[in-house]
Order: sequence, then C-alpha cells, then structure tokens
Amino acid sequence: MAHAEAQQHPVAAHAEGQQHPIGIYLKIWGLLFVLSTASYLVDYFHFHGYLRWFLIILFMLLKAGLIVAVFMHMLWERLAMVYAILVPTLLLMVLLGIGALEADYTFFTRGVFFLKGLF
Amino acid sequence: MTQAIQTNTGQPLPLPEGIEGIVADWSSDQRAFKNVPWGKAMMWIFLLSDTFIFSSFLISYMTVRMSTTDPWPNPSEVFGLTMFGKSIPLLLIAIMTFVLISSSGTMAMAVKFGYEKNRRMTFILLLCTAALGATFVGMQAFEWTKLIVHEGIRPWGNPLGAAQFGAAFFMITGFHGTHVSIGVIFLLIVATKVIRGDLDHERPGFMTGRKGKYEIVEIMGLYWHFVDLVWVFIFAVFYLW
Repeated sequence: MAHAEAQQHPVAAHAEGQQHPIGIYLKIWGLLFVLSTASYLVDYFHFHGYLRWFLIILFMLLKAGLIVAVFMHMLWERLAMVYAILVPTLLLMVLLGIGALEADYTFFTRGVFFLKGLF
Repeated sequence: MTQAIQTNTGQPLPLPEGIEGIVADWSSDQRAFKNVPWGKAMMWIFLLSDTFIFSSFLISYMTVRMSTTDPWPNPSEVFGLTMFGKSIPLLLIAIMTFVLISSSGTMAMAVKFGYEKNRRMTFILLLCTAALGATFVGMQAFEWTKLIVHEGIRPWGNPLGAAQFGAAFFMITGFHGTHVSIGVIFLLIVATKVIRGDLDHERPGFMTGRKGKYEIVEIMGLYWHFVDLVWVFIFAVFYLW
C-alpha cells in the first residue's frame, strides 16, 4: 500500500522519513477514543470478575498495539529494528510471574501470622 | 503495509523476507539498524529501558496490592468527581486519558507535516501537543491536591485502607507526570526550532555539531507517544483494577 502511494506521488517517494496519508492517523485517533470510552464503560457499568479483567486487558493491549504500530511507525520499520525493541519486553512476563508468585506467598504468610496474633 | 520506508542514511542492503532479513541485518560487522537515523534508534533503545523502569513500578504495585491484607481503596470512588450534584466515577481520569490521546494524535500529524516540510502546520500541531500535555499535568496537579489535602492520602498511609495505596499512586503517577512535564519542555524547544527554520536551514542544534533535520520531530514524537503508551497501562492496571 505504501509502495503504491509512493508511485502516485513521485515527490513523496524522494522525501526522507516516514510518509503516510493523514487519514490513517485520524482513523487511529478515533479508534483510540472508542477503545478508551469502552474501557471507561467497563468501570462505569461495574463489570466484575473475569469479564472485567478480560475486557480491561483486551482494550489495553489493543490501544498499546495501535499506538506502537501506527503512531510510532513500527508497522513500517525493518524487522531487525522491530524485534530488537519488542522482543526484550517479553522478559517482563518473567518478572510479572515472579511478582505474582511472591505476592501470593506473602499474602498467605501474612494470613497465617496475623491470625496467630489474634489467638 | 509492512514495507520499510527508505530514509537518507546510507545504502541499505536488499532485504530478504522475514527472519532471514533479521539475520542479514544483524550479521557480520555492519550497521544493524539500516535506514533508521541513529537518533531514532537511540530513542527507541532509551524507550525500551524506560519500559523496564515503568514495568518494574507497575509490577511492584501489583505485588504489594496482591499481598496486602487490608482492603484496597476503590479507585473508582477515590478518583470520582461530583458534577451537577451527581457523583460520576473516575471522571477526571477519563478526561485526562482523552486529553493525552488527543495530544498523541496531534503529535503524529506534526511528524507527518514535518517530513512534508510544512513549517507552519508542524509548529501549530507541536504547540497543540504541548498545550494538551500541560493540561494533563495541570489536571494531575488538581488530582494530587485533592488526594493530599482533602482525602489525607500520604505515601505511608491513608484513611481509606491499605497503606501501600499512597506509595504506589504517588510513585507511579509522579514518575509519569515528570515524563509528561519534560516532554512539554522539549516539545516547546522543538517547536521553536521548527518555526525559526533551524531544520530547513540545517542549523546545528544545542550542544551538537550535527545538522538539524526534521527527523528530530519524529524522535520527539516517539517519546511523546511512549508517554501516552505508559498512561494506557497505568489507566488499565491502576485505575480500572
């Protein structure tokens, strides 16, 4: 698509940097508004439990993906660049897992010791 | 759609498809990030490190929230606003979210007009972005004042529940607000450079001998969109949890 447009506008093909039609930014902007409203409504209508979590995480990841892909132009970068930046963030999943395990354990021991103090 | 756009920084080698392309770009004594100005690659690497900092904050927040035995203050009520005699949950935060997303939209368009060398539009859009960013910081100051003065929330405790609430809140939103404030200052600097024509005349910038180019608008944009990106995560895990 970008290629076809470059052919239609020979001037743009010679210009430097990221050149994309303004429409794509406006559409993504609108989409981000819709997604933000949707995630706000999750709270407004008091969704609870797994449905709440599913919707919050879904809207969060969609918004993050749109910002990185279009606004930050990752969609049009070479893969060597995209992978160098995005793959290391997967390491954070490990930290997230460790954090959750640790928190569960702390909660459990607190339960045990605080209860002991009561009796 | 995934085709790479050439920029003027040397002659990139022909790019094989997929994983072979990555291997070709990274192998044997060449520049790994071809057709990307070095400033942009450096900004991306900085943003990656910043991602780790913010993630550490958010993950430690998750850890203290999951492990506390006291009830966590309900963000939906704490951050609600009373309008027209009716309490609307999380209203202030929703407005802040829309303000920041709008600033991202104007920033993206500023980058576009920058590469088209449309000085006036780039300047106007950069100023809009800075104004929206300043609005966001102002609303955050209002929120902090409300919490500190009226609700009595402190980093070491609060009357609403778990003591960790204040520490996590002030640390995370404070660090994010600092990023927004620094971004506003740099937006004004870049806007000044644009309207003065520094980038058109390739005048070297502050403390550097390198020629000014419109790629600095895109690099500024990367930082600004990152600030918005972090807010997306804060909004989801701090305010909506």
